[in-house]
Amino acid sequence: MEPHAIPGTSIFDGALAQKGYALNRMCFSFNSAENRKAFLANEEGYCAKYNLTREQRDAVKRRNVLDMLAAGGNVYYLAKLAGIFGLNVQDLGAQQTGMTVEAFKEHLREAGR
Amino acid sequence: MAHIVGGIGSTHVPAIGGAIAKGLQQDPYWKPFFDGFHNARQWLAQAKPDVAVVFYNDHGLNFFLDKMPTFAVGAAKQYRHEDEGWGIGFKHPYTGDPELSWHLIENLVGNDFDVTTCQEMLVDHAFTIPLALLWPEDKSPPVRTVPIMINTVQHPLPSPARCFKLGQAVGRAIESYKPDAKVLVLGTGGLSHQLDGKRAGFINKEFDLQCLNDLVNAPDALTKYSVIDIVEKAGTQGIEILNWIAMRGALTGDVSKIHSNYHIPISNTASALLVLNNQPREIAYRKAS
Repeated sequence: MEPHAIPGTSIFDGALAQKGYALNRMCFSFNSAENRKAFLANEEGYCAKYNLTREQRDAVKRRNVLDMLAAGGNVYYLAKLAGIFGLNVQDLGAQQTGMTVEAFKEHLREAGR
Repeated sequence: MAHIVGGIGSTHVPAIGGAIAKGLQQDPYWKPFFDGFHNARQWLAQAKPDVAVVFYNDHGLNFFLDKMPTFAVGAAKQYRHEDEGWGIGFKHPYTGDPELSWHLIENLVGNDFDVTTCQEMLVDHAFTIPLALLWPEDKSPPVRTVPIMINTVQHPLPSPARCFKLGQAVGRAIESYKPDAKVLVLGTGGLSHQLDGKRAGFINKEFDLQCLNDLVNAPDALTKYSVIDIVEKAGTQGIEILNWIAMRGALTGDVSKIHSNYHIPISNTASALLVLNNQPREIAYRKAS
């Protein structure tokens, strides 16, 4: 078993950091409210300005978190993008696990019992 | 001489900042979490630290992946929190302590910890939220601060053993600092949580409770894990416990538990608080003789 093989988990290492650089760099820009506005005004143009790969662009367009991760996105940066769409980490969790948001929240509560 | 009064480990989930902004401390969802801090504040009122040295991880406010230090020490007169993408920011500044910062930097580099030094540094929720929980008044906390950032974002990450040794070096450096200062050491983040991947929502209560126990009595047990072991047991972001391990390393005296709280969930996280008293051995000796 490779040391990285944890089910449902990827390790954000040098390979992913290189692969995801453009996407994460765009997400980093969302620390600025002005940039968040610019993205909402022209998503296509904004993604092009940051040279997103086709895979990254498609994943962003489809708001698909697992695909963004596969394209090298780091969740700490993707959280800034998710915020633009008004999504919190329970919404992201629900989407990635294929649960409803309510079921995902219950899954979290269950861990405490 | 400076001495370390104790250490505190605290969760730093961003949603806590939102709950503080909305005044939700008595809301049924939040109450079991916020109530945990009463005893911590009581102990602080008695310990009266002058300085807080804060081990934390940056989430893409000050540091981006273009330049990612493994360990970075703030050496600024003042630190600010800014918008991290959600428009929530603690607007008051945090007072620095450049003299202590440079003393730590001199000692760390002198002990083979080749840290990045930052004369300008924005601090993110991982720094501001624990301080806001410990000093809830909406103003600058009444302590000088030294932020120490540990990379928990981009692997390879420093090992638990290395972070513990970093903490030990910080602890020794504080105790060799000539000016009188009572120092509190903080470690922030965790405990178990995973935000990304098909395993998102992973929480491991049994492992967390074991860690809370080991942090008091057997910190060496935590240094045996690899980074990947901890990711497996505590989740991809559960690795933030590296900050707690560094905090514990800095407590070089006789350590006893004052208080702990553990509550699931806050956002996607198993939230935790641990307050440790540190009785410096030399002071205990001086008092006894």
